Amino acid sequence: MTTGQAERAAPLSPATGTGRTRLAALAQRHGAALVLVLVVLLGSLTFGSSFTGAGNLGAIALDASYLLLVATGMTFVILSGGIDLSVGSVLALSGVLAAYGSRWGTAGAVLLPLAVCGLIGLVNGLLIGRARLAPFVVTLATLLFARGLAFAVTQEGNQVYIIPADLALTRIGQANVLGVGVPVLIALAVFVAAGVVLNRTRFGLRVFAAGNGDGHAAELMGLPVARIRVRVYVLSSLLAGLAGVLIAAQTTSGLPTLGEGRELEAIAAVVIGGTLLTGGAGSLGGTLAGVLLLKVIQNLINQVGTLSSAYQQVVSGTFLVLVVLVQATLARRRRQ
Amino acid sequence: MTEPAGGTPAFHPTPADDSAPGRSPASADGPVAPNGPVPAASVPGRSHVADPMGAAGRVSWLSDYGVYLALGVLLSFNLVFTPNFATVANLRLQLVQVAPVAIVALGMALVIGTGGIDLSVGSTMAIAAALLPLYLGYGPWPAITVAVLAGAAVGLVNGGLVAYGIQPIVATLGLLVAGRGAALVLADGRLVEIFDPTLAAIGGGQVLEIPLPVLTALTVAVAAGFVLRRAAFGRKLLAVGGNRPAALLAGLPVRRTLITVYVISGVLAAMAGVLTTGRQSASDPSFTGLLIELSAITAVVVGGTPLAGGRVRILGTLMGALLMQLIIATVIQHDLHDSTARMIQAAIIVTAVYAQRNRNGT
Repeated sequence: MTTGQAERAAPLSPATGTGRTRLAALAQRHGAALVLVLVVLLGSLTFGSSFTGAGNLGAIALDASYLLLVATGMTFVILSGGIDLSVGSVLALSGVLAAYGSRWGTAGAVLLPLAVCGLIGLVNGLLIGRARLAPFVVTLATLLFARGLAFAVTQEGNQVYIIPADLALTRIGQANVLGVGVPVLIALAVFVAAGVVLNRTRFGLRVFAAGNGDGHAAELMGLPVARIRVRVYVLSSLLAGLAGVLIAAQTTSGLPTLGEGRELEAIAAVVIGGTLLTGGAGSLGGTLAGVLLLKVIQNLINQVGTLSSAYQQVVSGTFLVLVVLVQATLARRRRQ
Repeated sequence: MTEPAGGTPAFHPTPADDSAPGRSPASADGPVAPNGPVPAASVPGRSHVADPMGAAGRVSWLSDYGVYLALGVLLSFNLVFTPNFATVANLRLQLVQVAPVAIVALGMALVIGTGGIDLSVGSTMAIAAALLPLYLGYGPWPAITVAVLAGAAVGLVNGGLVAYGIQPIVATLGLLVAGRGAALVLADGRLVEIFDPTLAAIGGGQVLEIPLPVLTALTVAVAAGFVLRRAAFGRKLLAVGGNRPAALLAGLPVRRTLITVYVISGVLAAMAGVLTTGRQSASDPSFTGLLIELSAITAVVVGGTPLAGGRVRILGTLMGALLMQLIIATVIQHDLHDSTARMIQAAIIVTAVYAQRNRNGT
């Protein structure tokens, strides 16, 4: 997936160039946040309290928190020059395993899915990092595998495991702190931690380096590119797994059909956030803005009562195309 | 995304592609090494496989013929262990079921040959399916024409975006999402039953005992093979996929080639949508072509076409589609579950790319 020329611009640093080029770089970095502010303003003006009410905002936040977890992992993967198609299936598998493991208490409901998801991430990472197989195909295979496993565990979806309501996991998953759902807080905490790791640690820097120019330079400099890739895919699977556990806790069961197409939504959020699919450039802040933007748009279309939910897809897809078009154009401008 | 394990000092030591020598408007992308002197498609995972064109010795036999081997093994297994496998009815059923996937996969193979990917095929099928009942009032052929034109339009958008420099995954991802939504909006989210003899014949009729969908798939395969081997367009397509900067420098119409390839993929997907709708006697925008992009990509990859582009295997793609279909059929006929089939498919995909890895710097 190394095609695409416009995105191969210099690393996004506003310090390069002057005047208009700097403005373009800024727009590319913070475009999603800017549009988000506009859309939220528009939404609150049009729909008033049915949009800005605490209940509605809480629903958006809850919905966004699961996507944010997946998209955070996806950001690491994409920054390192890869892609992870398996996250949607891994999320479903994790939910199923959480429900299955709840017979051994909260520990089983959390550790079993995370262990299995970590293992899947490890397989992804080893095949991509060490064996140097194409990320797209490898994670396509694990997409099929994880979905298959989720169906196998649930006897082809006929067996629904229920998480007991008195389990600590269920109570935590459904609890509110100061009106904010616990999954939201967990997702935010993970996001902040991921931000620190990405921007303040050696590992974070190496992720950027591994994704820059397909990692040739990083490898020549002696960076352990393979090991970085392995870790990045493990992280992505673990975060998808965590999202699955949280959804299971919220719904007290695990459905093997969950999360279909979630990987594409996460990729869309990351790309809308200004991270380049070619790797090496982007930011987690952009991903947060991308996630919120997608969820707010979906919510706003729901607010218009007359539109069917199919319009969500139309708008989200069109929006994605527009964003990448603008990005490509900006990148072109800056090169000239 | 694979890069040399080392021992290729020709690579540029600087991370910024901008400083690559001989930078042209479309340089430094694709599976090709970002710098000029390294020949196309020869960015091997191991430095000792320096010359894939020579094909001597090191080229993995398995990656070229593995799909035939696997298919042979699976067929033999079924002939021995599966009752009622070698019946005309069963073979016909398997072939009819695989036909839409095969048609989509052939278009996908051409797209992948340019180093791209088309995720929107399933949604294109849904759009075609949704359009059919809306225009059936004008007769079946006008309705089919509209459906196919819609597929071409989707392809045009995809190709335009890719030619403009947007990564194929993102460009076609946008239409995957928007296209499915558009199909649902067009059909008002409903399944519509269709009683049209022409459509029913296209989806289930037979000529000389051969089901029409199968015949369509074979025709498309022959046409694709002809275009690739004998037509100038096929050469351009492979050149664009093999080494885009070189193709551009050689004066090839890179953008037009890209756009045409995605239009072909869109048209084929729409045809598959028409076939499916005809066979089901119903237009079902929610489920027509759902996740078929994954089956199609799988068929192409398992068939030995490298994702990096520059090389397309038509027969391999057909066999890849057939292999995946047979896995599902075998598993079901032996009272195993669908989930088992998926896990087996996953293993086969990984095996297929593993066999290819020494040759393709995907």
